[in-house]
Amino acid sequence: MVNYLIFILVVAGVYALLAQSLTLSWGLTGLVNLGLVGFFAIGAYASAMTTKWAGWPIPLGIAFSILVGLGVGFLVTISTLRLRDDYLAIVTLGFAEVVRLVASNEIWLTGGTDGIAGVPSIVPRAWGPNYHITMLVIVTSLAITVHLLLNHLASSPWGRALRAVREDQVVAAVAGKPVVLLKAQAFSIAAAIAALAGAIYGHYTSYVAPEIYQPLITIYVFLAVTAGGVGRPLGALIGSYLLIGFLELTRFMAEVVPGVTPVQAAATREIMVGLALILLLRLRPDGLLPERNQRAPKPVAVHPKGTTS
Amino acid sequence: MDFYTGLMSVSQPSPQPLLSIEDVHLAFGGLKALDGASLTIMPGRLTALIGPNGAGKTTLFNVISGLLRADSGRVALTAADGARHPLERETPDRINRLGLVRTFQIARGLPKMSVFEHLMLYGPRQPGESLLRLISDARAVRDHEAALAEKALAVARRVRLDHLLDNRVTALSGGQKKLLEIGRALMAEPRLILFDEPAAGVNPTLAEEIGDQLRAIVAEGRTVLLIEHDMALVSRVADHVIVLALGRKLAEGSFDAVREDAEVQRAYLGVRVEMAA
Repeated sequence: MVNYLIFILVVAGVYALLAQSLTLSWGLTGLVNLGLVGFFAIGAYASAMTTKWAGWPIPLGIAFSILVGLGVGFLVTISTLRLRDDYLAIVTLGFAEVVRLVASNEIWLTGGTDGIAGVPSIVPRAWGPNYHITMLVIVTSLAITVHLLLNHLASSPWGRALRAVREDQVVAAVAGKPVVLLKAQAFSIAAAIAALAGAIYGHYTSYVAPEIYQPLITIYVFLAVTAGGVGRPLGALIGSYLLIGFLELTRFMAEVVPGVTPVQAAATREIMVGLALILLLRLRPDGLLPERNQRAPKPVAVHPKGTTS
Repeated sequence: MDFYTGLMSVSQPSPQPLLSIEDVHLAFGGLKALDGASLTIMPGRLTALIGPNGAGKTTLFNVISGLLRADSGRVALTAADGARHPLERETPDRINRLGLVRTFQIARGLPKMSVFEHLMLYGPRQPGESLLRLISDARAVRDHEAALAEKALAVARRVRLDHLLDNRVTALSGGQKKLLEIGRALMAEPRLILFDEPAAGVNPTLAEEIGDQLRAIVAEGRTVLLIEHDMALVSRVADHVIVLALGRKLAEGSFDAVREDAEVQRAYLGVRVEMAA
């Protein structure tokens, strides 16, 4: 039971990383990235392939997966520069499917549908319960570190410019902001964070295969960010833990309801997730923690003289 | 902190135009929105661009600010160092960084951002917008941000929005949004501001105040190009008037000279009353 709880918390930590990624690309910059799971998969493969097959040390493999995420994120941005909103969403959704199909079919490169089993673990599995606890500490501290970094970026002038791009690209451009550069930076860094999450998850479960990377993961992360607060890194962090907690709770709730078959129970679970989101958004339309605005400093004393100078 | 006041002050007019537009053409399908527009904007004064609806005024603003690309013709801005920068192939953000900022006819607010953030956003050359400097030069970022915040407070007082700094723009009235457009433009430290109907849809008292704001901007050495339909306002604030009709310049001169121009009266459907100040 304890191991199960720890496992859930590790998974929630991985979701928290993904939610930070989505907060950057979608929450702050307004780039609807329905291909999030694609970057998650790319990160998992990049680290699994280099560590398992090429024998790289694990930290190097993880660093490599971050770089690959950054690079692929950049390629996706520059190939979708003219797309916004729904169109970008469709293309990124397609991107994730392409990643999954390539992983399934390019057997020489990825091992095909068999996936890559026995991905080296970050700390020895022989540690038993301590293995899971150590991994929990690693994943949680990573999630918190990424969160703190993102929080710093979101509240910086850079983050302010990103939010302006999200609200109105034309105004951002007229205000002198390099819109294309900002989008490319935000999307690439977000992709790198998702790739990092993928690498960690791959090393933790020791198994990387195409069928793991389903679009449902992306949808769950969107749920977590929406529930927690779009454009607020802390909201996304809390939203992820709430989402995973809720998903696991409903698993049991469906089982204790008498007279339902396992299939019905699974369906009930999805219904409960949907209901909870509707309820939350009715009560708190901006999520649990709404986006914050930078406060103006209180004027020390009123000087009616000099204005712009 | 104002780098340009000395260079561009009214008492030392530069013989060179600040902005020159030569033979600009732009067609939307069969509609010739700009049809050989040529005009020059001299520094240190307020030039009003008037003309009937559909004359191509806003289209010309969009070409100058880089939002639309002309089919042909040249647009050039004289930089602070006297060099001429062609604008016709530049992007809007680069044009802004050359010292030209514009406002929109229908105030375009960023709904989820506060008045304060709008002002801060328009601050030029912010080190904190570079990822590299955010990491390597945190102190410069912090200092710049603090100085910019001071300036934002001053600008907010100037356009009388200082009591609304922490409100999101969706909470502002139409007139306050117009004032915020002026405030944002001021934050950019521009040498040339294009105002697209800053007094459209506001009450006469506020229109008068906006007129005062425009004069104050010119008085501190900046150059203003103004599109406005309110002739009373134009007659009060404009140093020079250019009339645009059917995508090209019809006349220019002082407001009174232009008002007496027969061609101009015809362009305005011969309604003399409409042109009366």
